[in-house]
Amino acid sequence: MAEHEEHTGHGQSYYVRIWGILLALLVVSIVGPVVAPAIEEMAAGVGAHAVKGWMITLITAFGIAIVKAYLVAANFMHLRIEKRYITYLLITMLMLMLLFFAGVSPDVMRHEGTNWQNVAAEQEIDRALKAQEAAGAESHGAEGAEQH
Amino acid sequence: MAEASTATIETHETHTHGHDDHHHEQSFWSKYVFSTDHKIIAMQYMFTGMAMALIGGYMSYVFRMQLAYPGQSVPGFGVVSQGEYNAMVTNHGTIMIFWVAMPMLIAAFGNYLIPLMIGADDMVFPRINRLSYQVFLISAIILIASFFVPGGGFAGAWTAYPPLSANAEYSLTPLGAQFWIVAVALEFVAFLLGGINFITTLMNSRAPGMKMYDIPMVLWMIVIASVLFMASVGPLIAGAVMLFMDQSIGTGFFDPSRGGDPILWQHLFWFFGHPEVYVVLLPAMGIVADVMCTFARKKLFNYKLILFTVFATGIISFFVWAHHQFVAGIDPRMANVFTVTTLIISIPIAEMLFLYIATLYGGSIQLTTPMLWALGFIAEFLIGGVTGIFLGASGADVYFHDTYFVLAHFHYTFFPIAIIGFYAGITYWFPKMFGKMMNETLGKIHFWGTTIAFNCIFIPLFILGAAGQHRRIYNFQNFPDLAGLQGLRVFATTALLVMLAFQVVFLVNFVVSLIKGKPAGKNPWKSNTLEWTADSPPPHGNWPEGLPNCYRGPYEYSVPGREEDYWPQNVPPDTAPAE
Amino acid sequence: MSARPIATTRSATGIATGKLAVWWVVGSEIVIFGGLLMSYLMHRLGHPEWADYASHTNPWFGGINTFVLLTSSLFAVLAHHAAEKGDGKKAAAWLVGTCAGGLIFIGIKAVEWTIEISHGYTITANGFWQFYYTAAGLHALHVIGGCIIMLIIANDARKQLELHRVELIGIYWHFVDIVWIFLFPLLYIAK
Repeated sequence: MAEHEEHTGHGQSYYVRIWGILLALLVVSIVGPVVAPAIEEMAAGVGAHAVKGWMITLITAFGIAIVKAYLVAANFMHLRIEKRYITYLLITMLMLMLLFFAGVSPDVMRHEGTNWQNVAAEQEIDRALKAQEAAGAESHGAEGAEQH
Repeated sequence: MAEASTATIETHETHTHGHDDHHHEQSFWSKYVFSTDHKIIAMQYMFTGMAMALIGGYMSYVFRMQLAYPGQSVPGFGVVSQGEYNAMVTNHGTIMIFWVAMPMLIAAFGNYLIPLMIGADDMVFPRINRLSYQVFLISAIILIASFFVPGGGFAGAWTAYPPLSANAEYSLTPLGAQFWIVAVALEFVAFLLGGINFITTLMNSRAPGMKMYDIPMVLWMIVIASVLFMASVGPLIAGAVMLFMDQSIGTGFFDPSRGGDPILWQHLFWFFGHPEVYVVLLPAMGIVADVMCTFARKKLFNYKLILFTVFATGIISFFVWAHHQFVAGIDPRMANVFTVTTLIISIPIAEMLFLYIATLYGGSIQLTTPMLWALGFIAEFLIGGVTGIFLGASGADVYFHDTYFVLAHFHYTFFPIAIIGFYAGITYWFPKMFGKMMNETLGKIHFWGTTIAFNCIFIPLFILGAAGQHRRIYNFQNFPDLAGLQGLRVFATTALLVMLAFQVVFLVNFVVSLIKGKPAGKNPWKSNTLEWTADSPPPHGNWPEGLPNCYRGPYEYSVPGREEDYWPQNVPPDTAPAE
Repeated sequence: MSARPIATTRSATGIATGKLAVWWVVGSEIVIFGGLLMSYLMHRLGHPEWADYASHTNPWFGGINTFVLLTSSLFAVLAHHAAEKGDGKKAAAWLVGTCAGGLIFIGIKAVEWTIEISHGYTITANGFWQFYYTAAGLHALHVIGGCIIMLIIANDARKQLELHRVELIGIYWHFVDIVWIFLFPLLYIAK
């Protein structure tokens, strides 16, 4: 029962340090998308055309989210020193979600396939994109062009 | 939630007989209604489940009568309208799975057996356990209340496919649909709370000496079922929130006219829905395993292989869900994948049945009532399993989908699971629960009447389904191609009436045995597991004289060289059986 | 109330029952949020027009809220640290701090949603916004629930009671934090 006798082996300063890293990562993930177009330009300038802005956004947004989640789980939730099967349990649950995505995305993410077509979704996309184009032409065309 | 407990971490460890001091002067309310005792909560679940089974059975009576004698007034109900018919069919399915099979098999037996079989004095979180039942009861009340709101009960089938369920304009049950989804979501919450309790109790609170392979199979199965439930229900809880918002505030998660995707709901539902089949199957299989070993006086054939087979079943059960959607417009390539996985999952189930039959081989079988139910389970479930192969193959399913063939198939699986499994368990553990023996003659009359009538209901439905009879039709006389098979429908309905009538035998047996049954003693079946070492019925705290230790596996029957043909788990090696 | 059953004090796995149960709670919560977020992700990737809808969220609100939650997580782990040393008063103080973080989070959320709704981005506006409000709302409910439980535990901890529960609510709180760590890029950053 006596969890409070367990030794986490860390002092307060350790947790504050982790927190500092988390904040730094947070700043990167906010700044990432802002500087992404500039980085793309710079990379194109030195000949690295493969580097695209959306990649930077993806890495700074989701790559860093995974790192942050890992830091919190490993250090704050003490998964690092917890019995190993707890980690396996949580990873299993995450894997189930990937399974769910894998099984469902062919139907929900795509709107047409062999012998079928999600007409309602395609019409909605068509309608919405046209409406956005019309609105974008009026006000902030530049911002609209940034999206993909 | 007010944590008024004054026991600190330091004191309650020395407090080993903590229950003795407070349970003497309890009022009726604190003893039977707001009890935290796992046995009382199990009884609450069981009796609530039985009451819901009566309601669900009544619904099946009403709509079967409508199908056999369309348009005529049903005795005890009146003329069935189309909307009422749909509401009856929908809620019959919902009730029988979520409010009968789950509470009776998992919650009732889980609550009753887990602490007793692992030699603990209670569940690890008695108050969460009580909360779980209270949430469950509220969910049941909400579901029943849905029949009495304007528009009547939800009529969109138990799978609640949108857009029918998402939009009151389509379903015509604006409040019934919302009550239904809230009730289902609360029921899930109740079973999550219960499941956490079951899993944690089994993992942590086993008697000293009880190792992984010394756990009775029924507990393994109940806990694995709880794990499956917990891992699969999440997306559907999220889906229930989304569907509720579609119904109530006009979002469009699932309604294509508002930009949503109805297929997503089907995936969310069946991602849970298929593991759910195994969630209710496994406890029933576990009950059957324990009953069979006791009455065949034989060790369970290859305990470890059965256990690993259950693990395999649990894992594969997550890979098969889309076989419910072959004709829903899913990607045909996915249909191939899910056909293969569906056919694969029949392998571990078949393997388990073979291992069970191998357990019987060479045993000295006693055909008591629980044993009859256990054998009946294997026979009937086999038919359900084999007909599943037809439906798992996507090509054949295109023809069979949504016919009475499907309906007969899943009744051949769920009836053995929920009803036969429950009867096997209750007739086996009744002496422990109430301290009295049940009447064997009445029990056997009940068994034969129920089983034969059950087959007479659903074999005609297989034929009707193969003839192309669609589910969810209110009056087949409106369809000239199907009208001619009315004789089979009347036969099935008559068989249903017979089967329902035979349940009266059970209720009479239950009540009479409760009052006049002969005292059972601690271990009437000469069984090994730890619950039989407690008094019948066990007092609060289960073993007031001190909790038992465990020295061996649960199925040491007919061990060569021993005088008795059983060897209870709590008897230290090299001594005579305690009783 | 009744004393704890002996069952609760056993620990065949080596993990105390309370903590084991919280891990299972976290496991079941992963699939609840997972199902919702996977549904969102599929729609988001399948609907190019959502990029424009998503550009109307304000990453500054999201960013500040991430900061608040991360900081409250730090407080929660410091509360656990104090509880491990047996200092109930300090643990309670840190827990109240954590709870304050949760309340600030909810407050910022309220301001943010008010602004968005007044601009016409309601829950029924389109597919993106319905997922936005549902996911963030479900998360906010977890924050509120966590705060309530935390105050109860802090009240006990102040009296040196049930100190092990400080860690349990901490684990839950870190999980809620992690959910937000993923919600933040999903709802605010990816455009």
